[in-house]
Amino acid sequence: MAATAPPPGDAGLEVSDLAVSYGPVRALRGVSLRVTPGSIVAVLGANGAGKTTLLRAISGTLRFHRGAVGGGVVTWAGTRLTGLPAPSVVARGVTQVPEGRRVFARMTVEENLRAGALGARGGSKGAAQAREQVLELFPVLGERAHQRAGLLSGGEQQMLAIGRALMARPSMLLLDEPTLGLAPLMAARIAETVKEINARGTSVLLIEQNVALAMSLASHAYVLEVGEVVLDGPSADLAAGDEVRRLYLGIAEAAGPAAAGERAAGRRTLSRWSA
Amino acid sequence: MITFLELLVNGISIGAVYALIALGFVVIFKATEVVNFAHASLLLAGGYLVARLQPLTGFWAALVIGVAAAAVVGAAIEFLIIRRANVASHSVLAIVTIGVDIVLTTELTRQIGTEILALGDPWGDSVVHLGEVTVAETRIVALFTAAALITLFLLAFKYTGWGIAMRATAEDSETAALMGIRLGRVSLSAWAVAGALAAVAAVFLCVFPTPGLDRGTSLAAIKAFPAAILGGLDSTTGALVGGLIVGVTEALMTGYQNQLAFLGRGIGDVAPFLVMVVILLLRPAGLFGIRETARV
Repeated sequence: MAATAPPPGDAGLEVSDLAVSYGPVRALRGVSLRVTPGSIVAVLGANGAGKTTLLRAISGTLRFHRGAVGGGVVTWAGTRLTGLPAPSVVARGVTQVPEGRRVFARMTVEENLRAGALGARGGSKGAAQAREQVLELFPVLGERAHQRAGLLSGGEQQMLAIGRALMARPSMLLLDEPTLGLAPLMAARIAETVKEINARGTSVLLIEQNVALAMSLASHAYVLEVGEVVLDGPSADLAAGDEVRRLYLGIAEAAGPAAAGERAAGRRTLSRWSA
Repeated sequence: MITFLELLVNGISIGAVYALIALGFVVIFKATEVVNFAHASLLLAGGYLVARLQPLTGFWAALVIGVAAAAVVGAAIEFLIIRRANVASHSVLAIVTIGVDIVLTTELTRQIGTEILALGDPWGDSVVHLGEVTVAETRIVALFTAAALITLFLLAFKYTGWGIAMRATAEDSETAALMGIRLGRVSLSAWAVAGALAAVAAVFLCVFPTPGLDRGTSLAAIKAFPAAILGGLDSTTGALVGGLIVGVTEALMTGYQNQLAFLGRGIGDVAPFLVMVVILLLRPAGLFGIRETARV
């Protein structure tokens, strides 16, 4: 077990020493991170570093990809999420917005939002409240309520994907590359919205390729590389050195073996990076 | 002309019954991506229960119990077999359903033996005259019942939470799970609904002018396969249109088989499959299907 076991009664999301594999392929090894209640935490890393796998392990969707947790534990507000099916995770207040938006293209915007509320706690009254808040955040979804989701623009689909997840009234939102493929202006708007959602009391775990954007949103960031956390710290500190950019893009020379070596000696400290 | 109209009405009526069966087939496929070859045996089970119960309870009670029981049988197949079959692909599950079909049909055939079971329905052999066109009352009732059930189903599919969960699952099951939709429940309800619809269809396949339920009834149900497939396995609209196409084709080909003698006797039974083949050649995903057939 990780040395960072949560004190009893602690809230927030805690990933401890998590290992995940897809059959013989090990995707995550000894990953530990925490999201304190009310904060935004970013996970950075190159393609294939295991970011999406991390979210799948939290949201209980590994089984859709023939993946399994090989060790470690994910807890949310003190209760164990590891091993729970996805709907039970949603019912406990942790909702994921999948990568690539994945809106139900053949259904209308309104129906997509209704689908988002199906796993929610709080009944129809709660759903009506959630719907009101979502439409306040994304007025465009109200205007397009009866259009097929497949006909929306990429940015609108991302808004719908986030809005749909908010219909479950999550206390913890998992976002997988919400700005992927969006124009810079739209990406900035999504970022604003994430900030707004967080300001209303929802914790956010954010996976982003856009480092600048992620750093501007998150208070704390982790860098994943080949399935392991190689670096973490307050985003202000990480942003101070441009090494983080090189590292997560995978262009740092001999980053792999170096990372493994330094893991043995304990995780890299930030002082080295900001020096 | 009168013959044609009579055949047409009969064709539409039997087509509506096929549509009920095909609808169940499509619902299961949409919710679980399993091609359910056990559908015919599910239908036979529903019809058998109604036929056996009606001397004891009367037709209406037997109908209600039979439909409910068929729903339970459908749900049981899902819960006890499909859900527990730890297999990698949906095609393997389709083969599992063939096994279920063989077991169920064999047992029911053994129970029925050589008997022809009367359904004891209140319509008997009375006919309705619409001008010069004569139609059996049972055909009219079948048409309206099927139309009502299909409408009810489509409304539920469109507007209820159940329908939305179903459609979301059909479109993207992983994302549906991320929305908190319980896929097991969706699958279970699909099988139950399919069973109930099949039982209603069974009743209308066995009433006048058919002598009653016998061990060949499930063969009649097999004609709903081309209905579902030519419409597109993943399309409810397709099931309805497919059902009507199959029903009308069958009725017309059977009615005019003397004029079609060069095609051989019994062309009416073959016609649905011929139509299916022609349509699949032109549109491999069926008339309204959107998925590539490779997925089936």
